[in-house]
Amino acid sequence: MTTMATPTQSAPDADAQVYNPKSESVTAKRVKSGIFHAVALALTAVVLYPAVWMIASSFKPNAEIGGANTSLWSNNFSFDNFATAMEGIGGVSTLQFFTNSLILAIGAVVGTILSASVSAYAFARIKFPGRSIFFGMMIATLLLPFHVVIIPQYIIFNQLGLVDTYIPLLIGKFLAADAFFVFLMVQFMRNLPAELDEAARIDGAGHVRIFTSIMLPLMKPALISTSIFSFIWSWNDFLGPLLYLNTPEKYPLPLALRLFVDQTQSSDYGAMIAMSVLALLPVLIFFLVFQRYIVEGVSTQGLKG
Amino acid sequence: MTQSPTLSRRSASPSAPAPRKSKRSGADARAGYTFLLPWLLGFIVLTIGPMVSSLYLSFTNYNLFDPPKWIGLDNYTTMFQDERFLQSVGVTVGYVVFGTPLKLAAALAVAMLLNSARKGQGFYRSAFYAPSLIGASVSIAIVWKAMFGDSGPVDQGLSFFGINLGGWVGNPSMTMPMFILLTVWQFGAPMVIFLAGLKQIPADLYEAASMDGAGPVRKFFNITWPMLSPVVFFNLLMETIHAFQIFSSAYIISNGEGGPAGSTLFYTLYLYLRGFSDFRMGYASAMAWLLLIVVGIITLIIFRTSKGWVHYSGDAK
Repeated sequence: MTTMATPTQSAPDADAQVYNPKSESVTAKRVKSGIFHAVALALTAVVLYPAVWMIASSFKPNAEIGGANTSLWSNNFSFDNFATAMEGIGGVSTLQFFTNSLILAIGAVVGTILSASVSAYAFARIKFPGRSIFFGMMIATLLLPFHVVIIPQYIIFNQLGLVDTYIPLLIGKFLAADAFFVFLMVQFMRNLPAELDEAARIDGAGHVRIFTSIMLPLMKPALISTSIFSFIWSWNDFLGPLLYLNTPEKYPLPLALRLFVDQTQSSDYGAMIAMSVLALLPVLIFFLVFQRYIVEGVSTQGLKG
Repeated sequence: MTQSPTLSRRSASPSAPAPRKSKRSGADARAGYTFLLPWLLGFIVLTIGPMVSSLYLSFTNYNLFDPPKWIGLDNYTTMFQDERFLQSVGVTVGYVVFGTPLKLAAALAVAMLLNSARKGQGFYRSAFYAPSLIGASVSIAIVWKAMFGDSGPVDQGLSFFGINLGGWVGNPSMTMPMFILLTVWQFGAPMVIFLAGLKQIPADLYEAASMDGAGPVRKFFNITWPMLSPVVFFNLLMETIHAFQIFSSAYIISNGEGGPAGSTLFYTLYLYLRGFSDFRMGYASAMAWLLLIVVGIITLIIFRTSKGWVHYSGDAK
């Protein structure tokens, strides 16, 4: 696994190499390529600026964030903000928030992988009455605004006494409620040759065998993109925890961040931004490590960020 | 999980295809529903059931503690006299109407720029995509608020050019541009999809057009746009639906209040406040259904008009 782009595509400054001159002259090509990289690099600077600003600010003393020091650099860089951020908020340590986020995200990944793959197998590989109707409904839920279901869902979980537990946040993952992943896996399985199942069937294998020993191993790329995206979506989810969790001990990071913002209210900007950086860190690491899967997943499946 | 014994016996003799087939399809039906069970259960319990009950609740007065009281269409009619509601509609419509086309235009322009490159495409593609992954997070909302706040980097940068707007966060007429910039900043996801679409366009089309003396503008309108239209359609549909549902950033930037002067009171934020701080769950359900209907109509319009401008060649995806 490479960490930057794809192996064949090199860093932006690689245009110094001589191109193969065919129709255009070498200089014309070089000028064109130079202009391209100048524009693209300028755009990169603009696009990445908020992230760079965030990281630089997280190391600056409060007075220098949005103060007289307009440059990203500071002579007073320190880890003080991170030390404050790690102390947590409301008597709960930031490590606890991290653990909570991690529990929720891992739960989401496990649930989604199990339920979406099984359901997708039914849609893609088994013929049964009603399949196309259900498939149409599944696609329709892709376009359904989530807000239509949150109030009754809340009422149900409230009556069951499950508010302030992780069950409302995780049950949907185990019931393939994220239709996007089911759809992604259906598309993937449909591209696998049908002869595989036919051969296995002739050898007497049932659906359970075909699913576990043929489909699952071949679906690895789809399972990986599903894992990455369901992890990140769960990690960044704000509305779900906001609705269901009341005790700070159970808060995941996004909710803890809101608490932090509410309680410090711009008095400690540095610590607030440091905590924002900490909350994004796993996502950024995921992106650097798996970026090829992530960007490919978007480009072939239309997955959203 | 009971189908395997029946299936393993099925290879008995090739001379009796009819009963064997029905046996197999019966087993398939059972297997199909067994495998589909998680989704089916979720669909009934978490989607269809709640949808039906929220439709019912939308005709009631319900505060979570007392039993729902039927009030007919009252929720729907009072909505249109509710100033905050009308404001939330205005804010959201403005955001969708300006933010989505701008974001898609940026995505398409950058995708075309990258598609012309020979080297470094992968690097830029990843760099531009990154904001889409983190843009809706609470962390970025906090950063955005800080960057567009009083004497934040945006204010200072503009003052350098002699533009003194002050902080955008506290200025009701500047909050919308701030949110539009936040969504345009996340142009990477549709850009990656556009780029994949551009790569599917056969290069000989452009070569043939060049031979005929077509310039870049004609090439765009006669080749790129029609060939790319299914992708434009997909992006337009998904981005529009997503834009209606913006919540976390609005909540964080306005401290969950929709201020200043209601200028960030997005529809979903107002829905949340009605349902979960005022406990007017009937009213919030009516708002949710209205959103569903509006999004449904817009989807339908996009689908209907797509026949006029979306061009499918050979095998539609």
